[in-house]
Amino acid sequence: MSSKALTEAGRVMTICNSCRYCEGFCAVFPAMELRRTFTSGELKYLANLCHNCRDCYYACQYIPPHEFDLNFPKAMAELRLETYQEFAKPKFLSFLFKKNGLSVFLITLASIFLVYLTALITKSDGGIFGTYTGPSSFYAIIPYGLMIAAYSLIGLLVVFSFWFSVRKFWQETAPDKEARADWPGNLRAMKDVLTLKYLEGGGHGCNYPTDEFSASRRYLHHLVFYGFGLCFVATTLAAIYDHLLGRPAPYPFFSLPVLSGTIGGILIVIGTAGMLYLKTKMDKLPNTEKTLSMDISFNLLLMLSSLSGLILLLLRDTHLMGTMLILHLGLVLAFFITMPFGKFIHAVFRYIALVRNAQEQRKAMEEH
Amino acid sequence: MSQSNIPIAELSKPYDVLVIGGGNAALCAAMTAREAGASVLMLESSTKVYRGGNSRHTRNLRYMHDKGNEFLTGPYPEDEFFEDLLRVTGGETNEELARLTIRESNNVGEWMQKHGCMFQPAMRGTLHLSRTNAFFLGGGRALLNAYYRTAEKMGVLVSYETEVLDLVVENGTFVKAVAKRDMREFEIKAKAVILAAGGFQANLQLLKEAWGPVAENFIVRGSPYDTGRVLRAMLDQGAKQIGDPKQCHAVAIDARAPKYDGGIVTRLDCVSFGIVVNKDGDRFYDEGEDFWPKRYAIWGRLVAAQPDQVGYSIIDSKSIDLFMPSVFPPIEAATVGELAEKLGLDPAKVEATVKEFNAATRPGTFHPGELDDCRTEGLEPIKSHWARPIDTPPFYGYPLRPGITFTYLGLAVNNKAQVLMEDNSPSSNIFAAGEIMSGNILGRGYMAGFGMTIGTVFGKIAGREAAQYVI
Repeated sequence: MSSKALTEAGRVMTICNSCRYCEGFCAVFPAMELRRTFTSGELKYLANLCHNCRDCYYACQYIPPHEFDLNFPKAMAELRLETYQEFAKPKFLSFLFKKNGLSVFLITLASIFLVYLTALITKSDGGIFGTYTGPSSFYAIIPYGLMIAAYSLIGLLVVFSFWFSVRKFWQETAPDKEARADWPGNLRAMKDVLTLKYLEGGGHGCNYPTDEFSASRRYLHHLVFYGFGLCFVATTLAAIYDHLLGRPAPYPFFSLPVLSGTIGGILIVIGTAGMLYLKTKMDKLPNTEKTLSMDISFNLLLMLSSLSGLILLLLRDTHLMGTMLILHLGLVLAFFITMPFGKFIHAVFRYIALVRNAQEQRKAMEEH
Repeated sequence: MSQSNIPIAELSKPYDVLVIGGGNAALCAAMTAREAGASVLMLESSTKVYRGGNSRHTRNLRYMHDKGNEFLTGPYPEDEFFEDLLRVTGGETNEELARLTIRESNNVGEWMQKHGCMFQPAMRGTLHLSRTNAFFLGGGRALLNAYYRTAEKMGVLVSYETEVLDLVVENGTFVKAVAKRDMREFEIKAKAVILAAGGFQANLQLLKEAWGPVAENFIVRGSPYDTGRVLRAMLDQGAKQIGDPKQCHAVAIDARAPKYDGGIVTRLDCVSFGIVVNKDGDRFYDEGEDFWPKRYAIWGRLVAAQPDQVGYSIIDSKSIDLFMPSVFPPIEAATVGELAEKLGLDPAKVEATVKEFNAATRPGTFHPGELDDCRTEGLEPIKSHWARPIDTPPFYGYPLRPGITFTYLGLAVNNKAQVLMEDNSPSSNIFAAGEIMSGNILGRGYMAGFGMTIGTVFGKIAGREAAQYVI
């Protein structure tokens, strides 16, 4: 596959590789320096290794209007978006990346509507606007078995989708087809993810939202990341309470699942709101318009999912519980469905790129 | 790059110190003068995105230090520094000013960090500089961004796209500058002026005055804004000139480079691994005289002395991976004759030159990282190291042209950075820093990162002295 984005990434990388001034900022440039020429697979790998911190853009002598017209973060972002489409599984759904904001919006509407329809059929005699309290109150709207079955199935499909995407990505971008992801590589990549090392820009932060070095995006991303982690923990704990300990939801406020879910939800709301705010302030030159609707729709959906969960917690003893539950479950369903076909996928490919980077840098060290 | 230019009305106010220029020297001068309490206006002729003159293309700075740190692998004492300078200039330096530069550079990295500079350890391929030179994280433009940010926070005013047309000097004293912005002319008054506007390397007319018509074939590696207008104006006002107009920092770069501003990516590090022929297909200098980092600075002049100011580096596939990649791909061919044809050279002649060279090579142990024993015998000119037969296809060629970094002709200064007038009397309120006065210290030759040393040290001296004069 040879596209405009791929050709441009190759052109840009050739210029960068004969300059190398930016090698202290992140992992992309040292990885670039291991090569003299770039296959399309390698370019796709490097594009996903790029964290879009933009430090290189402001340090660059060749940005427009220079005749070399170099815009590294933009070239990487455009190729990255193409790799999301190319490696999306199942393939026939990759069109969802085309107008991602619209796709996510429509899927969200449909999901909420679907949950609403289901609730209409399955609700208890008290109706959607009934007031239910105590254990199992949520199941008065959507029955326990159906809720578990539906979300487990979607979750499983998402995992499958990621698995096949990762396999395709690894095959396409690994120079040595035999090389497998190994444990040291994974450990190193996990550390890079947990610390967001490559939003550090060599220790000084990103040139984001403007040309000043700032850690704001790194911290906000941490809020979203760890908030998401806490919500995941909350869901897992709740599942254990429900299935293994025989304690049906909802739980008291000071229970572990509710506390971690609440804190996680608040972190996500602050983090996504901050990320969206920075986006309104950002310098548009090193940016591509093409990913804007994907970035915004992802942030919004994640924020609304968390917010609806928090409101549900506040209103769960009122007659609005049913409405909020339908909204929350609909938003979460939409989030699940769009995971492989929206901004979330960046986490998957960037992680894989970090694993590959850890392994090839280790190999290069050993060879020297 | 969000902020716009300062209001034009600011230009009509009187300032303590006017700094003409927007590169490293200008910024060091402006920050130092401002810290001393002076009000400072900087005039940068370029647009904001191109600000900083040649400093945009730099990457490191050489400075004296008594011990290593996290960025420098060991000490670099004064005497070694001075000896290095004597070697590259062949003694054509002003010892007083050279020693001053070196001493004042002592641990200047700390001052730079305090003013926003971020360093990184030396990069791959530049390890020979890892003890003597400190590398800017992200290169010169990142350094400039940091300095501009710091200067603006201190209250230094910067007017972009503001070109100085003339200087009014009476009895060796600066009165005012005539400048142009947005097609309007202004008179700018200040109690002292610091001239840090670079050399004249981007001014083809001035280059031709020095070099003759051959200057048409020179490529300007750096900023197109370095027109020498301020230098010229000051010389016209009776300042003392220093340096040979033909002397400059020039290297051999890829002939396909843009006329201006191609910067680092057009350099070629392949010369020492093959042969270089001129347009007649003849070799003209020992390509393997010494390590490339120690010789690159003479090849600009060597190529400039050849017919049509062009050369061709020819290597074979044994050497293609031994040097840093460059921005333009090599011209490739299956035979030497075909390569010559593609380069626009006489195939028979180049084949004969290569044949003669190959026959003169003596067996040895090739080692790119050492002065190895692969050399020619009975060949004129000799190739002293890394001489391996050029015999393994594919063959590769790169066209070379002289690429000027900066010129050395400039304004004579004293140890207070004061500009000297023709009668050797120092001007009380005219100071100079950077390329515009580097000829005082660099009579000829060059060593990596030393232009930035001169700019930083004399920028600081000029800023300090100017502030002392006005306050």
